[in-house]
Formats: sequence, C-alpha cells, structure tokens
Amino acid sequence: MTTFLLNRTRVELAPIDPDLTVLEFLRQDAKLTGTKEGCASGDCGACTVVVGEHTDTGLRYRAVNSCITFVHSLAGKQLLTVEHLAETGQLHPVQQAMVKHHGSQCGFCTPGFIMSLFALYHSDVAPEREAVLNALSGNLCRCTGYRPIIDAALALLEERHGDAFSEQAEAIDAELAALNPSMNDSGVGFWQPRNRAELGQTLAAHPEARFSAGSTDLALEKTQQVKELPALIDLTGVEELQQLSVDDAFIHIGAALPYADLAPALLADYPEASEWLDRLGSTPIRNRGSLGGNLGNASPIGDTPPLLIALNAEVTLGSQNGQRRLPVSELITGYRQTVLADGEWIDTVHIPRRPDHSTLRAYKISKRFEDDISTVCACFYLERDGDTVTEFRAGFGGLAATPLSLTDWSQALVGQAWSQLDIDAIAADLASRLAPIDDVRASAQYRVTVTANLWRRFHLESSPSGVITRVSNPGAYHHA
Amino acid sequence: MRKLTDALFKSDQSLGQAGQPVEHDSARRQVAGSARYIDDMPEPAGLLHAAVGQADVAHGTLKSLQLDAVRTAAGVQRVISVADVPGHTDIGAVFGGDPVLAEDTILFHGQPLFAVAADSYEQARLAVKAAQWEIEPGEAILSVDQARAVGAEVGKPVHFRHGDADATLKNAPHQLSGRIQIGGQEHFYLEGQASLVIPEEDGGMLVYTSSQHPSEVQKLVAEVLGISFNKVTVDVRRMGGAFGGKESQAAQWACIAALLAHHTGRPVKIRLPRSVDMSATGKRHPFDNRWQLGFDDHGVIQAAKMEVNGFCGYSPDLSNAIVDRAMFHTDNAYFLGDSAIDGYRCLTHTVSNTAFRGFGGPQGMMTIEAAMDDIARHRGEDPLTIRKRNLYGQGERDVTPYQMTVEDNILPQLIERLETTSDYWQRRQAITEFNKTSPIIKKGLALTPVKFGISFTAKHLNQAGALVHIYTDGSIHLNHGGTEMGQGLFTKVAQIVALEFDVALETVQVSATRTDKVPNTSPTAASSGTDLNGKAAQNAARAIKQRLIEFACDHYGLRPDEVRFHAGKVTLGDNVIDFADLVQSAYLNRISLSATGYYRTPKLEWDAENGTGRPFLYFAYGASCSEVSIDTLTGEYSVDRVDVLHDVGDSINPALDIGQIEGGFIQGMGWLTSEELKWDDSGRLLSNSPANYKIPAIGDTPPVFNVDLFPQPNREDTVFKSKAVGEPPLMLPISVWCALRDAIASVSDYQLSPALDTPATPERVLFAIEALKGRPS
Repeated sequence: MTTFLLNRTRVELAPIDPDLTVLEFLRQDAKLTGTKEGCASGDCGACTVVVGEHTDTGLRYRAVNSCITFVHSLAGKQLLTVEHLAETGQLHPVQQAMVKHHGSQCGFCTPGFIMSLFALYHSDVAPEREAVLNALSGNLCRCTGYRPIIDAALALLEERHGDAFSEQAEAIDAELAALNPSMNDSGVGFWQPRNRAELGQTLAAHPEARFSAGSTDLALEKTQQVKELPALIDLTGVEELQQLSVDDAFIHIGAALPYADLAPALLADYPEASEWLDRLGSTPIRNRGSLGGNLGNASPIGDTPPLLIALNAEVTLGSQNGQRRLPVSELITGYRQTVLADGEWIDTVHIPRRPDHSTLRAYKISKRFEDDISTVCACFYLERDGDTVTEFRAGFGGLAATPLSLTDWSQALVGQAWSQLDIDAIAADLASRLAPIDDVRASAQYRVTVTANLWRRFHLESSPSGVITRVSNPGAYHHA
Repeated sequence: MRKLTDALFKSDQSLGQAGQPVEHDSARRQVAGSARYIDDMPEPAGLLHAAVGQADVAHGTLKSLQLDAVRTAAGVQRVISVADVPGHTDIGAVFGGDPVLAEDTILFHGQPLFAVAADSYEQARLAVKAAQWEIEPGEAILSVDQARAVGAEVGKPVHFRHGDADATLKNAPHQLSGRIQIGGQEHFYLEGQASLVIPEEDGGMLVYTSSQHPSEVQKLVAEVLGISFNKVTVDVRRMGGAFGGKESQAAQWACIAALLAHHTGRPVKIRLPRSVDMSATGKRHPFDNRWQLGFDDHGVIQAAKMEVNGFCGYSPDLSNAIVDRAMFHTDNAYFLGDSAIDGYRCLTHTVSNTAFRGFGGPQGMMTIEAAMDDIARHRGEDPLTIRKRNLYGQGERDVTPYQMTVEDNILPQLIERLETTSDYWQRRQAITEFNKTSPIIKKGLALTPVKFGISFTAKHLNQAGALVHIYTDGSIHLNHGGTEMGQGLFTKVAQIVALEFDVALETVQVSATRTDKVPNTSPTAASSGTDLNGKAAQNAARAIKQRLIEFACDHYGLRPDEVRFHAGKVTLGDNVIDFADLVQSAYLNRISLSATGYYRTPKLEWDAENGTGRPFLYFAYGASCSEVSIDTLTGEYSVDRVDVLHDVGDSINPALDIGQIEGGFIQGMGWLTSEELKWDDSGRLLSNSPANYKIPAIGDTPPVFNVDLFPQPNREDTVFKSKAVGEPPLMLPISVWCALRDAIASVSDYQLSPALDTPATPERVLFAIEALKGRPS
C-alpha cells in the first residue's frame, strides 16, 4: 500500500496503475486542478509540485515535475500543491510577490513557477540572480519574458522569513519518518525495495519489471508514446543506491542518487563541471535524474557518459549473485544498449579523486543554454608534468550511436609538449574520426565543426593566453 | 516604470482606474491555482474524452480507414469520421479548404482522420492507436520554391505599385539585392487547444473553449451540426496563452467535440496532447523573401522591389491577410521611394499556417532591416546612421508603398531619445575596440525601429460591442466581445468603465466572453482588443451615465453641469450621495440601468484591387537597442543588454503595457534565435515537443533589460488616447538579430554583411562566420 501526505492529508492509494503519474493523480483522482499539464514531458514546468522528504537534517523540499513522476514513488513523502499554499485564505509570500511584480499574464505556467519559487524560498541560497535563474530553469513562461518573475524572486529572497511551513516542518518530518516502516509493495506492480537484498529478491521475483529511478525519461514512454508500464521497480528507496562517500581514491556515488545530491561532492573536486551540470536538464530534472538512470538509458545524447569517460570513472553493477566493476567506457555497447545482464542493476559510480596539475572542461553545446538536449557534449581531461602531457582523455556525446572516447586520438597527445602542439592538425584529426547524423537539433557538419572547435577552445583555456573564450551569459560559465 | 504625471486624462490612483498600473484581474487566482482553464472546470456527469487519429503522410489519397478495432477498444463510446458530419464539413475561417476531419485527399502529415470519444482521456488515446488505414502517397509540395515552380497557391498574388520602381532602380547610383529565409514559429501557448461541449435540451450546444474568436466557433459548430447559430452559445473566460494560435484554429477542436456530443448526447471534452497540438495546428508562416534596392551615395533609398513568399500550408486559413500584412510592413519605418511589392501565397502540404502575433508584419519587416544592414556595409557607415536617414519624413517622403500618408511619425524623436539613454555611440566605440583585441568572442550592437499598422486590414472586423449593467447595490457588470488570453484586456476595459463612472475598479465585475451576451464579435486579434472593446464599453457606460445625469437633473432639479461623479460618489448641486444611492433612486424611478455599447473604427479605406488606401487608423512605434556576444568557435551567443523605448500612446495600464512589451520582446527574440521548426523530407514535423523546440527560458532574459514607455498621446481619437500594444513589441528584437549580424560582420572588419537566415541558431551563426572568413573583403 502506497501511503503519503497530500498537503496535510494522509493518503493511502487505492489500487491504481503503477504508471499513474502524480499529475494524473492530482487532476483526475484528487480533483486538484491547480497543477497544470503543459507538455507531459518534463520540459515546461507547468506541472511543478514540491515534494517534502524526511532526511537526516530534517524536512527537505524539492521541486519536481509531477507529469513524469509516478505517484507510487511518493510513498513516505509529502506532496505539496499550489492550492495548499494559500489554504488559510492568505496568499503565501511567494504568491504575493508574483502578484505585486506582475509575474503572471495568462497564468497557466504560474502555479508551476509558484512551486519552484516555494522550494527556492525554503532553500538556503543567497538572493542572487544566478540562484533565481537556476531555480526557475525548468519553468517556461511564454507571456512575460521572465523579467517580472526574476524581480519577484529576488525581492522574495531579500525579505525571506519563516512561514507556516517552517513552523510545521519538524512535525511533518517526524510524521514522514514514521510513514513507511517496511518495503512498499503497492500491490499493483510497483515495488520499492529499501536495500540491495530486497532489490535482489524483488528483481528475482519480477524479472519482467522495469527499473525506475528519477523516471525523467522512462515516464515519457507512457505520456508521449502512450505505452503502459505494468511493472516497475523503484530504485529511489534503495539505501545503498542513494549513498555518497568519498575516500582517497574515489568519489563513490549511489546510482540512483539525484544530481542535486551528488553535485556538492563532484563540484568540490571538479568545479569546472558546474557549467555542464547547470546545462544538464533543469532544477526539477536534477532533483530526480541520476547517474544510474542516465547510464542505463545509454542514450547517444546522454550528458553523463562523456564526463564520466573523460574522468576515467568506473561503475559497479550489482546482482543477487555479487558485483562486478568496469570502466564506464565499457558499459555502453550500442544505441540504448549496455552490458547489463538479466538480474543486474547499476549500483554505484566511482569517480577518481582529482590529482594535482589536472585540467578539466565539460562543454555542452545546444540551441538553448537551459534545459536543452546536447547537440554536442565534449569533455576533456588533461594532466601535465610541466609542459608535458602525462594524461589526456576525452568523452563525447551526440556524435555517434554511443558516447565516444576516441582513445586513439587522445592517447596520441600523451608525451607531447602541450604548448607545442599542432592545434589545427589535431583538430582535423579529431574531425576525421567523427561521422554524426543530421537531426532536429543540428546538422552533422555543425557537430563535426563544433567538436573540433571545442578542442581548440580547450587548448586555449588550458594555456596562458588571456583570450576571452566565453560569451557573457551568466548561466553559461562560472568557474574559469 | 513610467510616472503618470500629466496624463491627458485624470484618474484616481487609489481607485485603480484607467491610467493606473493595477494588477491583472486574475492575478490572485492564477497564483493560487484557482483560476480555471477548460480542463480545470468541474466535469459534468457523463463526460466523455476525445482524441484524434492523425495521418502519417503529407499528401495522398485515403484508400481505406478501418476503425472497427477502435470502436471495440476499452471505454470507447463513439468513433466518427468525416462521413458522420451532419452539416458542413469545411470549417475554413474565411475561405474554404479546411475539412473538420480528413476527406479523401490527405493534405498534411498530422491531419486528423477520425475522432474518438471514450470514458477517459487515456482510453481515448489508447484507442486511437488501434486504427488502420491505407494512404496512397502523392507528390508533396514542401517548400516555397516547389510551390512557386508549379504555381501552387492558396490565394492570388497581390501587387503594390508606387511610381516606376524598375526605372528608378536602374538609374540609382547604387543597387543591392538579397534574399532571406525567415523561419516560422510554434505558438507554444502553455495551455494547449481545449474545448468542453455540453449538449442542450433544445438541440443546441453550450461550448466552453479556449478561443480568441468565440463568434467564429459558434458559427462553425452550428454549421457542422447543421443548426442555426442561435442554438450555439460559446463561452470563453480565459485562455492559457493564445498569441494568434487560437484565432481560427481553436474551432476545429470545438467542432469535433460538438460532433461527438451530438452523436452521443453526452458532454465531450477535448484537449490536445502537446505533440498533437504541435503537429496538427498551424504556426507562424515561414517566408522566403527577396529584395532589390537602389540608393544614393548616402545610402538613402530611391527605389525598392520586394517579393515576399508566404509558406501557407495546405489551405488559405488567414494566409491572404497575413501575406498582405507582410507586404504592408516591407517598408517598416522607411520611405522606399518608387516601389513594387509583390506578395505570393504558396501552398504547401504542411499544416495550415495561421495568425501569430504580428500576423506577417514581422516577416515583412525583417526583409528591409536585413537590407538596411547591407546598405550600411556597402557604404561603410554605421547601420543606425543609414536607418535614420531612411526614416519617413514629416510632410515629405511620407507616403507608403500602398499610398497611405504617414501622419504620426514620432520615430525621429523616439530614436534620438533611445540613442542617448542606451549610450549607443559610446558603446559602439567600446565594442569596436573590444573586437579588435578579442579573437574568439565578438560583440555586436544594433538599434532598430518598429512602425506597425493598427487595425484589421479586413475592414468589417473593426467593430465591437459591449454590455454594461448596473445593479441596485451600485455594482457594475461588464461584458464585451474581447477575450482574455493573459494580455490584461479584461483589466483594462474594466479600468475604462471604472473611470467613466469614477468608481473604484472593484466596483466593476467582468464576466466571461459569451456569444449570447455580445453577438457577432471580431476575434481578439490584430492588437485591437482594447481599442475596439474599450471604446465599445466606454460607449455603453456613457449611455447609462447620460441617463443617470438626465434622471438626476429631472429628479433633483439640477443642470447637467451640477451632476458630477467623483470617487464612488455623485455630487448633486450642494449634496453628495453615494453612487449606489443614485443608482437605486434611478431604479425606483424606472430608469434603465443596462446598455449596450458599440464602436466602429473611423477613417479606414482600402482598395484591395489596386493595393492603395488607408488600411490603418494609426501606427504604433518603438525602437530597441541590443548588444550581443558571439562565440566564433561554437556560434553560441548571449544577449547582454537590451534597451527599449516603446509607444503605447497614453497608457491605460503601464504595468500591463510593459508586460506586453517585455513578453513580446522575448517571444520575438525566440522566433529569431532558438525556435527552429524542422520537417523531414516526407513532411513530418520533427520539432514536435518542447524537448526539441526551444522557446526562451529564464536565463535567456537579458541581464540588463531596460524598458520605457514613450510619453506621447495617440494623435487619433482612441480610447483615452492609448495605443495598441499586443503585437508591435514582437518586432523590437529584430535588433538582436541585427546585433548578431553586426558581431559576425566584425570578423570581416565590417566590410561584409553576412547572410543569416532565421532562426539564427548557433549553427547558423557559426556557419555565417565561417562563410565570411572564406570570402574576400
């Protein structure tokens, strides 16, 4: 039985399809129509809700896309909707700020913005434009041009003070902690194992079931392709898959840990990855999506394999019969295909700690800076001893049916003097190894040209040239 | 925000009347999630949900359509095809050519073939997948070139002729020519198309719909059912965005729901999944335009030949008026001398393109703005200098290619002010310096004007009606023919009525637009909402007010000038009473407290045969200055600063007007930069989702975005001397595109003018740079 809090009310879900989304539940079953469907694909944010979770540090709120989140995955959580914010009859400060600054016109995107703003209001970020853009990166508005919404958010953060929710937080946290004492078997084909052992047993008992982590891609099979997903194993409750630890050699990241939670450890070692992370989906997507989900999808345009390959990361696959560990570069074998065998799951990703004297850049090129699929993703990692290249690796996405490492190309640079390289020849060599396709995002020719140019950019940025290499979009690049 | 110092009309700030920046009338409900859209309405008992099956071929013959498996699918109550339509099957808005469901000929990939009503939305969508059909593919026309080659058109070409363009062009000291392909644009209203239709006891239908044109939905629903118009009532409270996409193309979905309601006797709701909405409804027209200009040594144009080719899709829809408006704006703000303007309406086997904010005007304007940059490079002058030299004159050089005299040109003053406030010339210098020392990142700057004609070019649409009641407690009910799509029309018209009676805005309650309250309305389109409905409501209010004054004079023995309305009170000679008391007294003395109001726009004359006349009552003006940075390695770019100065006449609501300007700017910027429509070789739309069609996100809003109103009343007699504001700002971000070209031109030391079709995606920008690098300067 799936049990959660809907605003302040405890809900025990009736037998209901395992692939029912939170949005469908809210609008059809709960008759709460404040939350809107704009796209049902996690791209527009009109359906944004806030999920409250019990954590070691207390209740935590996160904005998520209700259209691509399965309602059963809410077990043990609190679902907050726009209706609840003003239930006392008094508009919440985020609602007041949006009215005051004329932040709504047609109003259809507004509830989603309100919920993203609510999560922002309850976060600890500083009242800065960049934080606002980041928090609202998954909310599209077609009417206002966003200026009044940015103003509303900044004013709100400046005047932030406690609200009714902060007062209740402790009690809600305790209530959530007590909600789900055992593994959730919804009884309708949705299982939420709590540890590896339960995961192994569940998988053995239901080999036909699909894995669901953040469901940011999986749910599209239902909402866009109108397919039914009759059996799902939710990995987000598996304790080991949510862990993050750091030792001298590796950052160990549980495969189902959302990007939002792995970001601090990753960026502590590799701050240059922030531009890549900021362009990977949007805040609600980063609150749900995970390395395991992205790797398991094995999409040619997934953004994590290029970085993980460039960093020489490894991945542990789990099963009831034990584990095996392999380089990420060997995980993906073809278009949406991996080495994963029946009975196996992606368990943990291991990213090597950063050595001294290393340089990383993680470049993503797309039509739009925020929440866009890569035209090309190119990541470069370099170690030097003085001017001599001692290690050079790259990872590329969007250029073939699988992510590429092009080790022949990158290894040829090892041992050479970085400042003496023939940049054009190396760029031409790189280009000659690429055979991408034309698609809705870009032509093959553009992909090849840009990839070669990103190599040039990397060389420039790894050399003391003083040349400005980035446009001034504040969302684009923070860490030189 | 503009200070309302000496508005021509006085209004009371605390009362929220016309002139005041009050909040949108639905703002509080929108932020609370309680503002209802179609899909949020409480569902009537027995409600069915509809879905459509779509053709997978761009052009061909429908040989068979097997729907038995659909009929037997779970939850299905009824399946219809075109054979089940009792009345008209053609729902073309102005001209014919739009079958409500496909007939024998398939017209585009995505065309609705049949419709299903099922117990749930999911069942309806699943059932659709069970259909089978056979379409024999035919030759599909998928480009303007193909259409022109075979003469495929949805309307006859139109030609404007002024003087002898050929001769003057030939004799001009300099000639330049060019071609620009301008992409279309998906509306991406956040609320997709939606209608809820309830059968009535008299055989009629009550239609709740998300439409800019309730009267047309009423007409078309009646026609497909074969019943009289008075049996159909259409109700529109609000839309979750429309932008033109719900002007003509909301009707099909209402008609399909009405047909299913007719056949089942049950209420039916239809709402389109996003991918269906994007593949089955029309968009902004792509255009493929050519120009030839002759000019003197100073870059002043002497003659112009322009050809605009609209990519119309499979049917006329509104395309004739849209291509006309493109032609009307090929001059933008400039005197073209002797001119020949030709407009072609190309038929393609794609979705039928339709109205979208600007209605062809932006595509016409882009052509001359591209040419302005090219003249500047040719003459070695700053593009702003060339633009200023070519502006319409005052009292001379003031006749358009369609021979309307421009009487209200305020651009010289407006541009001069923006030049100063944006610090154009100092920044120009700084950018030139920057570009000399920055090999990878290049900056660009541009300041471009907008002159946009206001009025429907179809003269009969320039009329409106309103209905005002006063109840005996003094509260006022307002209804008019305009629809609310987020632009704040309901707020503005209520502010106008509040000012007429000099009462607080809260006294005035606006209700949903309904065809049984105000009949035979025009679409809320062409930026005309406030101009038309505001005047009609003002006339209704004035009619009642006049009755109240006459009553007061009669009843209290006063002269008319002794009766004054002020801040919710009425002064009657030496006495002051509440407005409500006067109303009650009038009621007891049998004075009618309800009135209709009507308005028609004056001065309009248009000779379509000869392409001459005055199609517009006035022009709205504006200008913007944009600065960009481009990355010459990737083609990615950022818009770093934007300054806008825009003319809304005397503003009815500065906050809402600024909202229209900013929102229009970003929407137009998306059209010119990141929003790319793509079809495959078979005519299937590839960009059918927000995952692969990218409207601006919040980070695309320029970090410096200064928007000001140009404080000058409309010279024409519009409501409180205001000007229309919906569409004109969409064209302000042409300065972004010109700034991108400016930055690209820097790689040739401004010797060459880059070709840059739109949208100017990073790919197009990068290849434009590479092309310049490869060209001799």
